[in-house]
Amino acid sequence: MLSKVATPILAVIVFLGLWEVLVWVNDWPNYKMASPSDLPPAFWKYKELFFTMGWQTLWRTVAGLMLAVLFGTLIGMIIGFSKIARDALYPLLVGFNAIPKATLVPVISLIFIGQHDFNTILMAFMISFFPIAVSVGIGLSTLEPEYRDILRALGASRFTIFRKIALPKTLPEFFGALKVSATLAFIGTNLVEIVSPHGRGLGALFKSGETNGDYPLMFAVLIALAFLGIVLYYAVIFLERIFAGWADRNGD
Amino acid sequence: MAAFYIKGKIIENLIEIKGVSHAYETATGPLPVLDGLDVTVPAGTFAAVVGPSGCGKSTLTKLVAGLMKPDAGEVWLHGEQVKGPRKTVGMAFQNPVLLEWRTILENVILPLEIVAPSMPKADRVARALELLNMVGLIGFEHKRPSELSGGMRQRASLCRSLVHKPDVLILDEPFGALDAFTREDLWQTMRDLRRAEPFTAVLITHDLRESVFLGDQVIVLSGRPARTQYVMNVDLPEDRVLDILFTPQAAGMLHILRDQIKIAQGRNVVETQ
Repeated sequence: MLSKVATPILAVIVFLGLWEVLVWVNDWPNYKMASPSDLPPAFWKYKELFFTMGWQTLWRTVAGLMLAVLFGTLIGMIIGFSKIARDALYPLLVGFNAIPKATLVPVISLIFIGQHDFNTILMAFMISFFPIAVSVGIGLSTLEPEYRDILRALGASRFTIFRKIALPKTLPEFFGALKVSATLAFIGTNLVEIVSPHGRGLGALFKSGETNGDYPLMFAVLIALAFLGIVLYYAVIFLERIFAGWADRNGD
Repeated sequence: MAAFYIKGKIIENLIEIKGVSHAYETATGPLPVLDGLDVTVPAGTFAAVVGPSGCGKSTLTKLVAGLMKPDAGEVWLHGEQVKGPRKTVGMAFQNPVLLEWRTILENVILPLEIVAPSMPKADRVARALELLNMVGLIGFEHKRPSELSGGMRQRASLCRSLVHKPDVLILDEPFGALDAFTREDLWQTMRDLRRAEPFTAVLITHDLRESVFLGDQVIVLSGRPARTQYVMNVDLPEDRVLDILFTPQAAGMLHILRDQIKIAQGRNVVETQ
């Protein structure tokens, strides 16, 4: 248990140490690359901004991710159960996912002018629903027919079969995709926060660091984003343990 | 309804398959798998169905379970034509298909959640434990399926197929993936379950010894498209032990069945020494 906590902490310390040494050995000025020792003062100087902006980023990311879970699961169910829907929707989904989302920022900000919260959530959602839809779809379409037959032979309804068999059986794939989507959603949120004029959130803080030539602040924002990403990732792991812990065969 | 005499008693036919034909749609046109199949299984008896690979045996189980409708012909259970799934059917497959997120006990209870939703939980548990006890899985009821051996998983699967006291048990090669010794253990488990809980069974198998040990009749299907090629009444005592397979009587039956399988495969019966 101790090593479970100590190992990753040690790894982070080693990483920060190597970073510090790299900057020190090359004698880089902090406008080229800030070193870890520059970061605590930057955090301290803007600590209130970090809390308010961090909260902005976090809640909009989580909101976008929750939309992605709902919509992604729905699309996954449709392509998982219907072959026609699968054939029809896959090219659209793949095509949509292949579009670099940065190119959509001006599009959605023109459609929903001034709706900063909404646009940010929308982008977080658009960038993160694809892995969920695909994994739920594959999980449902690859369900062995025998699993269905044990309940179908007893006259169980489609909904009962979905609830008792298909849904729980798909949970491990779903959580695997959710881990990818959780980190993707941050990218979506920050894209809008950085690009939008007068944006809010950590992305906007990053942008203001850039505008003001405050390079330690920019690096501090990156670390704060990484921290939030890790928090959300472990929140997903925590949910996975509760709802799909049975799939972990090395556990206990 | 047709009636049969077995050991002096009148027995109704529980399963009647009359002239059933079925074909699957494939990319290269319809693929007929069953062609005028006739099977009758008297109540309380055990019918073993053997035949060459891919001759449509699994299709037969789906028709009896009401999971599929035949293109032609009729399937009757209890004097009623099968039009869809029924709660009185139990199924077990070669793959035990246990749900990994449930314990063994919860897996066995599953059919009761569908068939008897109002049954108190304590009664469900008691019923499941009764069966788990019969197959020697007491002490494993709170384990996950992945913690059990293949043979134990298949025992649990048999319990699940019987937990709601079905009158028809459909077994699609349930012992096919097990090693020879485990398989023989499970034959005996099956025999004991039958003694404890009467049911009518259709067993699909590739193992002729299994068909003779467990069956009251052995039905040989022809190659695809399958029809009933040969029916053997297994005239062995009800309480069979494994040694019975080494008696001249059983050896004679196995010999006949082997010849029938060769005919079904389209090979010559006369063997060159």
